[in-house]
Amino acid sequence: MSIINKTYSTFLAIFPVIILFTSVLANSKYNFSYDDNYLSFNISYIIVFFWSLKRPEYLGYGFIFLAGILNDVIQNNPLGISSIEYLSICVLTAFVRRRIILQNLIYDWVFFLISILIVGSINYIILVYIFNIPIVYNGLLLGLFATFLIYPILAKILSWIDNIVQASINDKKNQ
Amino acid sequence: MSREMGRDDFVISARSVFLKKGNRQKFSLLTLIIISIIILSLEYFKSGPINQARMITKDIIIKSSYIASVPFKSISKTYSSLIDHINMYDEFEKLKTVETKSKNLILENNFFKEENQRLKKLIDEKNLYNEEFFVTKVLLDQKSPYLRSLLINKGFKHGIKLGAAVRSDSYFIGKVVDSNYLTSRILLISDLNSKIPIVIEPGSISAILSGTGNNEFGEIEYLPEKNNIEEGGIVYTSGSDGVISSGIPIGKIVLDNNQPKVDYFTDFTQINFVKVYYKK
Repeated sequence: MSIINKTYSTFLAIFPVIILFTSVLANSKYNFSYDDNYLSFNISYIIVFFWSLKRPEYLGYGFIFLAGILNDVIQNNPLGISSIEYLSICVLTAFVRRRIILQNLIYDWVFFLISILIVGSINYIILVYIFNIPIVYNGLLLGLFATFLIYPILAKILSWIDNIVQASINDKKNQ
Repeated sequence: MSREMGRDDFVISARSVFLKKGNRQKFSLLTLIIISIIILSLEYFKSGPINQARMITKDIIIKSSYIASVPFKSISKTYSSLIDHINMYDEFEKLKTVETKSKNLILENNFFKEENQRLKKLIDEKNLYNEEFFVTKVLLDQKSPYLRSLLINKGFKHGIKLGAAVRSDSYFIGKVVDSNYLTSRILLISDLNSKIPIVIEPGSISAILSGTGNNEFGEIEYLPEKNNIEEGGIVYTSGSDGVISSGIPIGKIVLDNNQPKVDYFTDFTQINFVKVYYKK
């Protein structure tokens, strides 16, 4: 029984890493099309933002860097660009963690918008001006906006997962 | 005084964010960002040992990504087979009529093939392209609006070269744009960056087929001002780029507000195996 408990708590402790890698490996962009208009959600941004803001100790920067490399290979991007994007989100969230004491969903949501706009700009500048890879600006902006819109829903789900993880850790401590 | 304090606070925060390793963190953010920038700058090396190391890394990641995507693929496969079962009766009714038509077409096609070969012999024309191909399995497919590509499990170790034409059944679907040791990437004709020289029959009208990011229709560019393109016309590769063979069917013409578009013959979401063609 104790082995099962141990496996379960280990699984929960590495759960954020599993979610991030699954979202990157399975397909990092989830698309929804209606009448020839595409909305592309970048769930990896949300996962990195959420955990590096709330509990950075559960999603190591090394794993985030590796997830970025995997994403680049799968998306056929220049290697390293997604790592820079994800780590930039971590830099921004680390600043916020130090500056803001009170956190709530609305603040997080607004700050998420600012973060993905900065990261999107970095992405656009590197791809277009350094590597001369043409990307559709409207598509990129629409994708970021779609990601911004689904943030509250996913943040609620991730918070629920986080609560389960915390409860398991507390149980382990109390035993 | 307060401004100096604010600046000091900012510097302390910045130093702490970039250099301090957090709880249970093994690397600082600055270290990883520098490593990322170094890896990114290595993209300029397109040959030599760095390129080989990159190819091996890509092969490993693509193969492991394929394993990770198996559960998701099986879910979508189950869903599509369920839909197929639901639509089975309608499909059967349609196929009954199609079968009789296709028998006639096969006979007609055989006649034209023989006639074509006979005429080619008469004018002494050599066949520039051969029909050698590999059949390969599709490992992963990318469906973002910015990227329409397939990853296949054969690379330049198997003889696959950049620019090689790729077909699904008899239809042209794209060309090889990236070749690693064991895997390759195919850019589909529906990708935004895909431009393929085509010829539209009847009339032998030359143009360029441009991908739109949409899996159903492609745009036609550089059409002559006076053209008599009709709905139902067939679009083939023209072979004018000297890489892709001519006469591979791509799709048929549909008119959308009098604007001709190409309705692809292939359903890009249902491709499991492809044929990669190569020159001897």
